[in-house]
Amino acid sequence: MDYITIDGKSVPIEGEKNILSLIRKAGIDLPTFCYHSELSVYGACRMCMVEDERGRILASCSEQPRPGMVIRTNTRKIQKYRKLIVELLLSSHCRDCTTCTKNGTCELQKIAFKVGIHAVRFLNNRKRMPIDISSPSVVRDPNKCILCGDCVRTCAEIQGVGALDFAHRGSNMQVQPAFDKPLNETDCVGCGQCRVACPTGAISIRTNVTDVWNAIMDPNVRVVAQIAPAVRVAVGDQFGFPKGTNTMGKIVAAMRLMGFDKIYDTNFGADLTILEESKELAERLEKNENLPLFTSCCPGWVKYCETKYPDFAGNISTCRSPQGMFSAVIKDYFAEADEKEGKKTFVVSVMPCTAKKGEILRPDNFTDGRQDTDRVITSVELIRMIRQAGIKFDEIDSEALDMPFGMASGAAAIFGVTGGVTEAVLRHLSVDKGYQALSQIQYSGVRGNDDIKETSIMLGDREVKIAVVHGLANAGKLLESIKSGEAQYDFVEVMACKRGCIVGGGQPLPVGPRTKKARAKGIYAVDRESQIRFASDNPVIGHVFEEVINGQEHRLLHRNLH
Amino acid sequence: MLEKSMYDKTDEIIANYGTEPKWLIPIIQDVQAEYRYLPPELLTYIAGKLNITEAKAYSVATFYENFSFEQKGKYLIKVCDGTACHVRKSTAILEQLYKELKLEKGQHTTADMLFTVETVSCLGACGLAPVLTVNDEVHAAMTPEKVTALIKELRGESEC
Repeated sequence: MDYITIDGKSVPIEGEKNILSLIRKAGIDLPTFCYHSELSVYGACRMCMVEDERGRILASCSEQPRPGMVIRTNTRKIQKYRKLIVELLLSSHCRDCTTCTKNGTCELQKIAFKVGIHAVRFLNNRKRMPIDISSPSVVRDPNKCILCGDCVRTCAEIQGVGALDFAHRGSNMQVQPAFDKPLNETDCVGCGQCRVACPTGAISIRTNVTDVWNAIMDPNVRVVAQIAPAVRVAVGDQFGFPKGTNTMGKIVAAMRLMGFDKIYDTNFGADLTILEESKELAERLEKNENLPLFTSCCPGWVKYCETKYPDFAGNISTCRSPQGMFSAVIKDYFAEADEKEGKKTFVVSVMPCTAKKGEILRPDNFTDGRQDTDRVITSVELIRMIRQAGIKFDEIDSEALDMPFGMASGAAAIFGVTGGVTEAVLRHLSVDKGYQALSQIQYSGVRGNDDIKETSIMLGDREVKIAVVHGLANAGKLLESIKSGEAQYDFVEVMACKRGCIVGGGQPLPVGPRTKKARAKGIYAVDRESQIRFASDNPVIGHVFEEVINGQEHRLLHRNLH
Repeated sequence: MLEKSMYDKTDEIIANYGTEPKWLIPIIQDVQAEYRYLPPELLTYIAGKLNITEAKAYSVATFYENFSFEQKGKYLIKVCDGTACHVRKSTAILEQLYKELKLEKGQHTTADMLFTVETVSCLGACGLAPVLTVNDEVHAAMTPEKVTALIKELRGESEC
């Protein structure tokens, strides 16, 4: 085997593409701003530089390992250079750390502390740029940008959107949309993956915390919350629980302490979605039209399809997302009580997603002109609210959700990971409802992290071809192959974010490979431990269809497309 | 929306090269040569044709000083501010131009769309310093007095 020597230690080369990976394998944590293993190598931040035996400086992220190389990662020269680079980055950076939303989780802050910068010698003469709050999902503050390009590459390479890019040159360089347009006038789908990649506060979540507190404090408002599947496995680790722990009970308890009147589970909405979407699939299969059926749960995907592939927009399921269906049902459910008590019901949904903030404003998510979901807060904002309220999350006792919408199937829980919607629909369509059917579906190829997963099932004497895709760039590839006739499917599940909602744009950071794995595991555990594994077994759902929906499926559960 | 003829012309230019992303710069150079500026609508249009994002096309177009999204005057005056011209007092020439044309700081084109003043880093004619060009016609060894005369001459020329 070939070896390279890192700080006097011999390290085997096992197919690593760059020296940086080898250095990290050797147990040395070199700081980086612009290196992400899933993105192309950019080599701009120069944090990862190392010195070879001839005193040359190399950027380890973009240097291939060659057998026999001798490098050092921590020489006096490198310490000096690295410190100077961070100091220069800080010199033109907004340094209002105490009021920054990224305070405490900022990579720039962390690395500046790590390399030992205690004063910045240079005057900050950068012009103050306006902050872009046009998007309902994310806020872009160019004053905090360090030009690492992580957002640019994420948007273009992972999501295939390319709403952002570098503009201008030299000291005038900025990351911005074309012609510095506001984000809401671009192709931005609001997925928030740029915010996940951003090491500083240059791209952050558009927060609605104040509105929610205002509603809670108003005695004439009934604040009803719904909590999405991916939230429960992401909040705990911010309060000291192992990554991926399901802390739903504690979240409910904390929200009750904050003053939410009713707390329900979005999984109930997902159960509704499973039933409606399966029905729709069966109808389309029977008529053999408008196939493949694309899922509609992910608002990032819906917007992507509408803007980039409008020809396929008619193939998207007419079902609202679980959030949309459920909010409409909640509003109808409380309508009578509201009138009697002179109250107003205010639906807050807690989501792992920034695009959901945009979804609730779409006219096709309104019922008779009524906005069904009033505000969306992300997991990150929920954590912020828990902290603002001074709740000791790790000490409080778990509590149960409110009824009747506090009961849901395990099939609904897995909506939070890629392949979950498909698995849930397959379960519903399966005639056999036993354990064997469950495990057969589980191993049919719907789980896992492959870019595009394919499977098929027999429905009667018809083979139904299914594809599961995550990451919008992958979705684009799939659509191209459908367009060219190369591939043919009957049902396609798309999630904008890679690995699904567990790594959504509103989830707490950082999310490394271990966190992603742990959250997926946590979600599947929710399903495994659930008493109900099939949406149709949800004991409440029949009652809701009879009493609340009452034949108005089209009005409440579907997107009003005319 | 621009006139249809401009999109037709752009289509013609694109047809000369092809629709691969690598042709972006030659295409926008030709468009700029045609209209003496790069209309933003056309950049968006070209990006669509070449299947690159609008943001990427904008990134390229703003990287090069040569591309301009603003309409330029009839006479494009490029004042050299390279080292040789600078030490031979090109700043005074620039100031005189701004005074003669009544341009504010940060303004490059006169309101009547007759003149646009730009500085360039080197025209490669250091022996003629300080030098400026009017629509690619070289004017050597400039002085503030010669600038006044030049502007007067150009104004007269455009009147008849």
